[in-house]
Amino acid sequence: MSAVLADPLEAGPAPRTVWSAAAARFRMDRVGMVSLVVVLAFLLVVLATALGLLASDWQVERGVPDAPPTFLGAAADNQAQALDGPHGPSADISAIDPLAPMYQAWAEAAKKYQTRDAVRAATLPFGADRLGRDVLAKALKGAQVSILVGVSAAVVATLLGTVLGALAGFFGGPMGDVLEWVYNVFTAIPGILLIFAFAAVFPRGVTSVVLILGLAGWTGIYRLVRAEFIKHAVRDYVRSAEALGASASARIFRHILPNVSHVVLVQLSVHVVGFIKSEVILSYLGLGVGVDQVSWGTMLSEAPSELILGHWWQLAAATILMATFVTAFSLMTDALRDALDPKLRGLE
Amino acid sequence: MAGYLIRRLWQMIPTLLGVVLLVFLLFKGFGGDPAEILGGQNATQAQIDAIRQQLGLNEPWWIQLAIFLREIVTFDWGKSWATNEAVSHLFATRLPATLTVMIPILVADTLLAIPVAMGVAYLRGSLTDRTIMVATTVALSISFLVYVIVGQYVFAFQLGMFPVQGWSDNLWTNLRVYVPLPALLSVLVGLAPQTRLYRTFFLDEIGHDYVRTARAKGLTERTVLLKHVLRNAMIPILTNVAVALPGIFVGSFLIEVFFSIPGLGRELWLAVNRSDYPVIQAFAIYIAVITMLVNLLTDLLYKLVDPRVVLK
Repeated sequence: MSAVLADPLEAGPAPRTVWSAAAARFRMDRVGMVSLVVVLAFLLVVLATALGLLASDWQVERGVPDAPPTFLGAAADNQAQALDGPHGPSADISAIDPLAPMYQAWAEAAKKYQTRDAVRAATLPFGADRLGRDVLAKALKGAQVSILVGVSAAVVATLLGTVLGALAGFFGGPMGDVLEWVYNVFTAIPGILLIFAFAAVFPRGVTSVVLILGLAGWTGIYRLVRAEFIKHAVRDYVRSAEALGASASARIFRHILPNVSHVVLVQLSVHVVGFIKSEVILSYLGLGVGVDQVSWGTMLSEAPSELILGHWWQLAAATILMATFVTAFSLMTDALRDALDPKLRGLE
Repeated sequence: MAGYLIRRLWQMIPTLLGVVLLVFLLFKGFGGDPAEILGGQNATQAQIDAIRQQLGLNEPWWIQLAIFLREIVTFDWGKSWATNEAVSHLFATRLPATLTVMIPILVADTLLAIPVAMGVAYLRGSLTDRTIMVATTVALSISFLVYVIVGQYVFAFQLGMFPVQGWSDNLWTNLRVYVPLPALLSVLVGLAPQTRLYRTFFLDEIGHDYVRTARAKGLTERTVLLKHVLRNAMIPILTNVAVALPGIFVGSFLIEVFFSIPGLGRELWLAVNRSDYPVIQAFAIYIAVITMLVNLLTDLLYKLVDPRVVLK
């Protein structure tokens, strides 16, 4: 059969599988390939920052506070405009100063510590934040947190949605009813409200954000996977497998799942983009990653107060990186969908 | 009709019970001990025990669930832990602000997206169409947050066209002074996805036979689009608006927090930050009820708009 279907131009006996056909279609899509390269570049950055090769010193205060980007030149010195300090001799208040006896001891204690005069740069490649931290390093480290949160949350949501959808679609009956009920309950509460309810009881941190987004976002995938499983469960190949003695779990995971995996893959990809956007909003609202971490959302939450002073670079850095990644990922998802499901091409 | 209504209302009961159970278990299982939150950091063990006794936390879980159900049915949630304001009063006073912002946004969004989408659909395949589609893809990839931050900075702070943020007690003042900027930003951001969606609705209709017939009759493209295509495309558009409708009760959290609008979204955000459990629980359950009722209502309206729809 495969010999008949195989492309006559293709040399070699290897049959074309669904995946190799999809890969061939994907390679034809120029926009998809370019966006794939961009996404892979971002993933390399994520890997490098995770391993500490890149931006591991994002917390070091290397520049003067709010140092402008190098291409703008150093900020004008405001000292000249400041009011003069007081003139004249200092009054001697040591007779009435209650702390006077302590000064000697404190000076002794202070000698035990070495102070280091850090040289702070007047400008940094893409400026500095309020504390003088390098914005570029922050944005790269932030990319790691934001992308990891988005991808992990999408994996959690996809796993939940796929397993529950497979069970509901394959078994139906009482189990299907119970799962439908759970689905109805989760969709009855508006999504953002559900996220807030989870955020109220979970502690702050990356793991919590992943869990919150995953637990609140699995319903759409469940719906699609369930529909696919209902369709496939009665098909001949599944019934033949049953006749050959394949167990229920083998039929679900070994026979049907590979045939619906393209749906799952596209959904995973769609959800990554959505969850990255949600993480940004959650972090802005103070319900996201912890205060000792940086993500695109925490960078944006510092932006309004900086913008009033005219310091636009942190906002720009986070926005540009995020827009590039999300656009590339969305275009890659579109290409992926077209490649995996040619019937859908041009519908959107 | 009456039978349909009764059946739909009857079907809501198990879902509603599930929502109650979910909220109850979530806060019981994962939330911190309410007595410790209420008592604060300096509370003695005796005080915490007293609070536990008072809230019924020493009772078995089914009694606590019964207390919870009684609170829901009687609308008596007691007081907010943080502000000591009655929760029902909180809900009633915050809802108007949310609706004052969200209704203009929904209306403006829909009214603007329809002509834009129809224009893009009319120009389908041309350079303008493709440019607009690429522009919306890029526009969609930038976080809503960025638009709000930059919009407030440019329009309110730099140009001084609107107040930076604020709210008053007067509905008219609110609509005239404080709503325009948040509404403008939301509509600008909402326009891109709406346009993409509505464009596909129009394109679906344009491919139908009746459009070809209308053109063959010699009608102008304008008449075909405005009289024939628009009416049929209104059905999916209305469905889409109906789906968005329950959202106006939750409001846009970001808009309300960012512009300090005292609506439900901002109140809920404050409650989450203060671990104010009664407020969160009450909001979650009542908004779920409102969502279900609005969904039912839109299903009924749908029947009015499209006589072909059969309710079953």
